[in-house]
Amino acid sequence: MVGAGLVVIGVGMGIGRIGGSAMEAIGRQPDAYGKIQTAMLIAAALVEGIGFAALFAV
Amino acid sequence: MPAACNKFKFLLALLALSFFVPNNLAAKESDSSQDLKTEIKEYIAHHLEDAYDFSLFSYTNNEGEHIYIGLPLPVILWDNGLQIFSSSKLHHGETIAQVGANFYKLEHGKIYKTDAEGTINYDAAHHITNSAPIDLSITKGVVSMLLIAALMFWIFHSLASSYAATRGVPAGIGRFFEPIVLYIRDEIARPNIGEKKYMKYMNFLLTVFFFIWFLNLLGLTPLGVNVTGNIAITFGLALLTFLITNLTGTKDYWMHLFDPLGDSMKWYAKIPLYIILIPIELLGVFIKPFSLLIRLYANMQAGHIVLMSLIGLMFIFKSWLGSPLSFGLAFAISIIELLVALLQAYIFTMLSALYFGFAAEEHEHH
Repeated sequence: MVGAGLVVIGVGMGIGRIGGSAMEAIGRQPDAYGKIQTAMLIAAALVEGIGFAALFAV
Repeated sequence: MPAACNKFKFLLALLALSFFVPNNLAAKESDSSQDLKTEIKEYIAHHLEDAYDFSLFSYTNNEGEHIYIGLPLPVILWDNGLQIFSSSKLHHGETIAQVGANFYKLEHGKIYKTDAEGTINYDAAHHITNSAPIDLSITKGVVSMLLIAALMFWIFHSLASSYAATRGVPAGIGRFFEPIVLYIRDEIARPNIGEKKYMKYMNFLLTVFFFIWFLNLLGLTPLGVNVTGNIAITFGLALLTFLITNLTGTKDYWMHLFDPLGDSMKWYAKIPLYIILIPIELLGVFIKPFSLLIRLYANMQAGHIVLMSLIGLMFIFKSWLGSPLSFGLAFAISIIELLVALLQAYIFTMLSALYFGFAAEEHEHH
């Protein structure tokens, strides 16, 4: 149970950072919105995938 | 006068409903709350599994019988020959189905071959030792997939003929689907696969996108199907991506796997590196589709568990305060799930396109 909590904390921090950085990047370069969003979603999906794999292992 | 009559009937129906609902709750109140929790857990676990019949809901009547409202589906077994019978013979595991000289019983969601008394044998580790025939049944999930496949065929076939009739001008439902199709072509396929080869992969990407999206949406309806939250189905979808990636792989794709450093080093310098690099690259070939299947499965499964647990809260609180809370939370999560349904379809398509892009890459040789 503690492991599951740790996994969620880790994944939350990871996706939070990805989202935050993407927001900053869009703020700096609003024109690259589409590209940044795509990259953000891919990175978030990868982190999430690891998170789910870990949750199933717990 | 008829309008007033209708209103009266409506009120009467509401009143009847309000009597009906507390009655059900009152029946459950006699159990301890521990039993209620296990019952909710069992209910959720049951919902997440595939089923042999398409039952919409069930209730216990005054005689203590379980009454299921829904459709039975065909059970198809391969057991020394094809055995086809209706799932109504299984009675949700309550009775034994006799087909010719064979007896079958539904135990924990799987069909086992038994004798006339329906004996289920267990080994020391409490695993069932009865033989299980090869199961090719048209289950609830299969019906849902066939339904969605037929729907997609109808929608896109009629779209194609409407485009042919209007010479490329979208009409009707095409106005809704055209931007989505164009988005997949211009934002997913083109940048990831490349201008030259993207058309070859478009049919798979579009099919898989709409198939996953529609199935995810179907999972949110009260029909209670959980198709994309079934690991066998996501496995099948990921297997297709895996096969297409590797079967359409160019020479450069395989060179990248087995000779990633190319001409940048002498051959004898590459040997110690390749002892580590090649196994990692090969592992990556399998991990990519594996992450696809786990992501879709886990996301949909988690969404269904959260939604059903929140609805289950209503029965645990059993108060006028708990029900609106549970309803509000479930409503909010449903809206998030609507977004997730689209997002997961998008991610699956996007990552598939990315992998196809690896397979289709062709370096410029100087």
